[in-house]
Amino acid sequence: MDSTQVALAERAAEQQRHHSKSLFFYVWGALLLMTAIEVYLTYQNMQPLKMLTILMGLSLIKAALIIGYFMHLKYEVSRMKWLTMCSVVACLILMTIFFFPDARRILELGVK
Amino acid sequence: MADSAVHDIPSVYEPSLFGTYSKKIGMWLFLLSDSLTFGALLYAYSYGRISTAGWPTPFHSESIVNATIMTAFLLTSSLTMVLAVRASVDRNAKAQTLWLLATMLCGTGFIVLHGREWTKLIAEGLTLSMFPAVPGQDAASEFANVSKGVPQFASTFFTLTGMHMLHVTLGVIYLGVVALRRKFIPVLLVLWLAAWLLTPAYSPFHYGAHVLLIAAVVISIILWLKPKIYDSSDVEVAGLYWHFVDLVWMFIFPLVYLMSARI
Repeated sequence: MDSTQVALAERAAEQQRHHSKSLFFYVWGALLLMTAIEVYLTYQNMQPLKMLTILMGLSLIKAALIIGYFMHLKYEVSRMKWLTMCSVVACLILMTIFFFPDARRILELGVK
Repeated sequence: MADSAVHDIPSVYEPSLFGTYSKKIGMWLFLLSDSLTFGALLYAYSYGRISTAGWPTPFHSESIVNATIMTAFLLTSSLTMVLAVRASVDRNAKAQTLWLLATMLCGTGFIVLHGREWTKLIAEGLTLSMFPAVPGQDAASEFANVSKGVPQFASTFFTLTGMHMLHVTLGVIYLGVVALRRKFIPVLLVLWLAAWLLTPAYSPFHYGAHVLLIAAVVISIILWLKPKIYDSSDVEVAGLYWHFVDLVWMFIFPLVYLMSARI
């Protein structure tokens, strides 16, 4: 790596040194707890749509914790946070808009 | 040539757009594109589920417990991975190697449990036409009708979980190279031989094991062309990939397993 890259890598390493290790254990505990809640809900035989909503809500929180703390995005510059997250979320929203109404249409109208 | 010209003038491209080093930005860009690959597969699975009447719910309590332990393995591997990154920035080489090996162990545990789950489902009749037939399999086995009546389930299930398992396998290999460098190549070759010889010929893992051989060849070429000692930035970038694999499973587990549970 050239000197600029080394300096940037050292700055990233310096940021990592400032984080308490206990923070990672708290995040890990929260992730395990949410997984346990998900499994508990599975055994409650809930109505599927309600259960899907809760499970996806919990999954989004788990994803945010992993991206924010384990992948360290919370501590990156705001330009990186916004560009990376907005681009992927925009693509996923586009897929949702196109696919799900069509899937329901097939179910309701049928395809023969 | 152009690359060396750029690197000879370190101040030309300062400051970095994202305020960090290029390898990390490169990995983030790869992960963003890979998230769309998994997004497409998850959408394909969900599309099939919504648009198909009589979607099967094949996962008994035993499968749910198995998948929960797999999830715990992956979450724990993410913790050991951040501890490896932390050890690398503290320049504690021994701790870094140990935490990386712990991460690999958890990843391997995930792969073994996942392989066991696949083998059980295939033995019960949930299979793809591309998989070899299981000798002596009962035509009336539990999922034989599912594979025929709702083929979308087996197709999307094996594609989605197989793609994820491939990512975990490559992640374990990636971490093995970062932790052990050249010493990892003989380990990989032994694992390939063990996986190839110990799995029956009809198992998808029998020919899937060749991924390990291909990886050993690719790693040998890379380490021969560019031998290096991996520093904290390499460990951090490897960690990004590993956490992403964990992140994807956080959506596969509820969507595929918990929503298709038969309790």
